[in-house]
Amino acid sequence: MMTKLIYDGTFEGFLTAIFQVYEEKLTNICIERKELATETFFSEYTLVTTDVCKANRVWKGLSRYCAAEGKNNIYKAFLSECDGIENTLYHYIQRSLSEKQNIAKDYADPEILKIAKTVRMVNREKHRMDAFVRFRLTKDGLYFATVSPDFNVLPLNAKHFKNRYADQQWLIYDLKRNYGIHYNLKEVYYINLQLSEEVNNTSKATYYFTEEEQAFQELWKKYFTSTNITSRKNMKLHVQHIPKRYWKYLSEKTPNLKK
Amino acid sequence: MNFERIKEKLSILADAAKYDVSCSSSGSKRTNKNKGLGDSSGMGICHSYTEDGRCVSLLKILLTNHCIFDCAYCVTRKSNDIKRAAFKVQEVVDLTIAFYRRNYIEGLFLSSGIFKDADTTMERLVQVAKKLREEENFNGYIHLKSIPGASDELMREAGLYADRLSVNIEIPSETGLKLLAPDKKREDFIKPMQKVKNEIIQYKSEKKLIKSTPIYAPAGQSTQMIIGASGETDAEIMYTSAYFYKQFNMKRVYYSGYIPISYDTRLPSIGTEVPMLRENRLYQTDWLLRFYGFDIRELLNKEYPNLDSDIDPKLSWALRNLQLFPVDVNKADKNMLARIPGVGMKSVHKIIQARRFRKLNWEHLKAIGIAMNRSKYFMVCDSNKFERKDRTAAQIKSLILQHSASKYNTTYNQQLNLFSSIETPVAV
Ligand code: SF4
Repeated sequence: MMTKLIYDGTFEGFLTAIFQVYEEKLTNICIERKELATETFFSEYTLVTTDVCKANRVWKGLSRYCAAEGKNNIYKAFLSECDGIENTLYHYIQRSLSEKQNIAKDYADPEILKIAKTVRMVNREKHRMDAFVRFRLTKDGLYFATVSPDFNVLPLNAKHFKNRYADQQWLIYDLKRNYGIHYNLKEVYYINLQLSEEVNNTSKATYYFTEEEQAFQELWKKYFTSTNITSRKNMKLHVQHIPKRYWKYLSEKTPNLKK
Repeated sequence: MNFERIKEKLSILADAAKYDVSCSSSGSKRTNKNKGLGDSSGMGICHSYTEDGRCVSLLKILLTNHCIFDCAYCVTRKSNDIKRAAFKVQEVVDLTIAFYRRNYIEGLFLSSGIFKDADTTMERLVQVAKKLREEENFNGYIHLKSIPGASDELMREAGLYADRLSVNIEIPSETGLKLLAPDKKREDFIKPMQKVKNEIIQYKSEKKLIKSTPIYAPAGQSTQMIIGASGETDAEIMYTSAYFYKQFNMKRVYYSGYIPISYDTRLPSIGTEVPMLRENRLYQTDWLLRFYGFDIRELLNKEYPNLDSDIDPKLSWALRNLQLFPVDVNKADKNMLARIPGVGMKSVHKIIQARRFRKLNWEHLKAIGIAMNRSKYFMVCDSNKFERKDRTAAQIKSLILQHSASKYNTTYNQQLNLFSSIETPVAV
């Protein structure tokens, strides 16, 4: 009979589940996030209680065969939030521990290949956020941006933005997952806000943002159109590089307002 | 800031700068210092893409489009009847900082028409970079154009503030240059290049001894050639390019399909198509030289002075050298794997990694992501199903072309992908 382990959706929760599998010597298991878990009559299920100590032990234990890169891949693939990724990762962890070697590059194993592909997608989304975040300067002197990435990548972006914008306060907020990363000139913190829907509403822009903010956005837009070479126009490629779902965050792609 | 005035200048001076295709912002090692602004130690980022599908990573503008020269292929030429404008040094500084802080750009690419003389112009460009570094503590990317004929002293200073320096030779041959830019001399381009190269070498060796030696143009230098404005063959263009890579340690040579902007009879007339496919083939060749271990003489020579337009240069080469194929993917060395048509460098690395665990068969290769259309005629793997027939080059070529969904479309798209990508090698 299959045992279903249901955890809270956090990375620590997932690692605790792995701990439990080894501690209780479970075989034939399936790990699911609470919000996605469905009850079936054919399996037993156990609720995993997230335990940071156990999670840390697993995480340390993995260093031996997975190396830093392998561990990074586990974390990144996990952030994809893809259905069933937990079980793919379990397969990877299990093989690493039982074969006692680094198998990260065994691409002929379909599950390993899947992890590699997922990591690539997550990396790509992370890079898109590095690129497509557009800060607007609020009246409180905060550089503010909203995003809603396909995967939960903001934890991966923190370092890049911290290194780059070391002398300005900034906040990048994930509207989809309702949390953000905030830099206060010293450290980056996770933050939950009660964000008003109006914040992205152009008619309310002058309420939140500095007067100059709008002018800079217009200059940027002017630059964007002037640097284009019309005789080389290729919209297909344009959209391939910036899929339409990202346009809403890019000031250069918002239509000109008719007054 | 007078936004209306700036906006007008920006539209004129960005428009005039857009024909320089370099958009690279990678390769620098400049990290954030003293909690200042910016960092350019990573891979460059494309923050946006224009509707022509090109990467926008730098604020690319001219300081001014006033110019005393009259190069036929250039919109900024003296005799052209266009609106002229000039930025003040501080305006460029402020604009760069405001854009950078909003995460619009990786930095600044500043070029200029030559007003008054080479040194005055170069000096003004250096001033902008110096202000950004010293007054604004800016660690973002700065690419400065070296003005042909600028003094050694100014070039030395420029490299202390800039990440990259470039002089565009524009016209690949000396005869073409004489015809289209009679005021310019080849030595005027070569001199600043030579200076920059020497300084880079010198600063590097000093840095080994004295840690506090400042970095000099850490992202090196690049140049650009216009394609299709003067009648050079592909071989002439690529041999020139190979020479520049070798002689001046160029980081990049860019190829820019000539965009007709003039009724001058020395040039292709307005309305002539931009030679984008040719441009793409040249980039592919450039990639083969830099990342795939090819020698220019293998790809272009007296017998083959021009690249094929219907197939990529690696495939052309393979078809001329069928005696070297098929390659066994489970045994061949990296060099030979890289020569299989349709297999890019990324795939080469994956094959090498994956074959350590088991012998690879067709399924494995497909799963790894290798496109079979071209490659299958040139390799064997752990399977007895492979192309056994001894086909001639012409037969293989026609089979491959038949099976490309739409051959023009695929090459065309690939070309544009390549064109807009930054420093990542693309499978050719
Ligand atoms: S010197 Fe430069 S800006 Fe002036 S016309 Fe020649 S290419 Fe154009």
